[in-house]
Amino acid sequence: MARSNKPIVWGPFAAGGTLTAFLTPVLILLTLLAGLGHVPEALAYDPLRYFAAHWLGKLAIVLVVFLSLWSAAHRLRITFYDFGVRCDTLVAVVVYCAAASGTAAAIIFLLRI
Amino acid sequence: MAQEVTRRPYLREVPRARWFFRHPRYLRYMARELSCVFIGAYTLLLVAGLKRLSEGQAAYEAFLDSLGAPASVAFHVIALGFALYHSVTWFNLTPKALPVQVGEDFLPARVIAGAHYAAWALLSAAILFFAGAF
Amino acid sequence: MSERLVELEVLRYNPETDGEPHFQRYSVTCEDECVVLDALNHVKETLDTTLSYRWSCHMAVCGSCGMMINGEPKLACKSFLRDYEGVIRVEPLAHFPIERDLVTVIDDFMEKLARVKPYLIPKREKPVSEGEYRQTPAQLKKFKQYTMCINCMLCYAACPEYGLIPKFIGPAAIALAHRYNQDSRDGGRDEREEQIATTEGVWECSFVGACSEVCPEHVDPAGALQQVKIASTVDWYKEHLMPWLKK
Repeated sequence: MARSNKPIVWGPFAAGGTLTAFLTPVLILLTLLAGLGHVPEALAYDPLRYFAAHWLGKLAIVLVVFLSLWSAAHRLRITFYDFGVRCDTLVAVVVYCAAASGTAAAIIFLLRI
Repeated sequence: MAQEVTRRPYLREVPRARWFFRHPRYLRYMARELSCVFIGAYTLLLVAGLKRLSEGQAAYEAFLDSLGAPASVAFHVIALGFALYHSVTWFNLTPKALPVQVGEDFLPARVIAGAHYAAWALLSAAILFFAGAF
Repeated sequence: MSERLVELEVLRYNPETDGEPHFQRYSVTCEDECVVLDALNHVKETLDTTLSYRWSCHMAVCGSCGMMINGEPKLACKSFLRDYEGVIRVEPLAHFPIERDLVTVIDDFMEKLARVKPYLIPKREKPVSEGEYRQTPAQLKKFKQYTMCINCMLCYAACPEYGLIPKFIGPAAIALAHRYNQDSRDGGRDEREEQIATTEGVWECSFVGACSEVCPEHVDPAGALQQVKIASTVDWYKEHLMPWLKK
């Protein structure tokens, strides 16, 4: 029986799960506030653009986006399995590609800033 | 001589797509797993915001406006609920995955989970403050 | 001492005569402080001698009397009648094939237990002349919890992943491997990883946590599995990203 290569995908999942546990609720609060008309200062165009223009800001954003999307993708893969959808390899390819695409898109947009 | 018994084991089928209705704990598990859909969707929303940010002030401010649409607000509230559920279940399970032995005994689960909750509260408060939310 | 009327709805299956299992209702009178196992024994003694089920110690240490009681995996000797209302549904432990009545086929479980090498594999051969293995209380505490497993298989009945994927090695077997991995006298972790760091090993687990919820001995197999996952992941990254690190 060969040792599984699951750790490749599980490592980022665990990191992403921890990150989203700490960070996502407050992020949702920030954009919710923005939606309700009280745009937090940091979300205004100039401050946010300044943050995203800095290489550290870019790095932070890419890391958050990648880990969040990856952990969501991995969990979604397991959920499909739990719902009785058995074509695990196909599901895995689709969800991880989606996560990679989202990250790639974020990188492309950031490079324009 | 003993009589031979015919063995014919009976296998009970597990309903593939409905097993989680069998007990509340499985429903709670499914709710936790489904949180990933909302967290993933929200992150994609952030990526969309990044796109608008890269397109200039007008585009970005239109994005901020669209966040006020009723559908967006509703999504935020639901996503927040699921994100909180993810956080709570994650922090409560962390002590099981990362036991800490101090001397002979292990730190009680509530200490490890409590430390996470405290860090979470502090971090969230700090972010809200520095983001100028209040 | 007060008595109560107990109504049991028991799943019966005779491999020689039945096409499939069916429920049978029994009514017995038991003492108030009795357990479901007592009710079953009463049924067998007075109403139906053909009723088959496993039991032994009647005090939750042997792990024989595991069954589904009102849909929950429980030890029959630890299920108090006073905690139940109305008809009590008794079925064989879930996710195992039924041999006969409440007796399940446990061959799969026994094979998996043996597969994880549940014995001390010392780091090196130590002759008797070198003396005994010494262990501090702290070293003992590190794995003590995982020694408490009574092999009752309630965790396998609770685990939905085992129900969906029968080749999953399962909570008890992996917790048992973890017990030895955590033992300071042991050096066999690598050998066990070959069995448990596989797709049908720990990676089938999605941390539902039902196993730990039903465990009568508070072994916490869910915790053991997560610790194995983390250790295996660290191992994997070390092996693949830092191959110069000798084991």
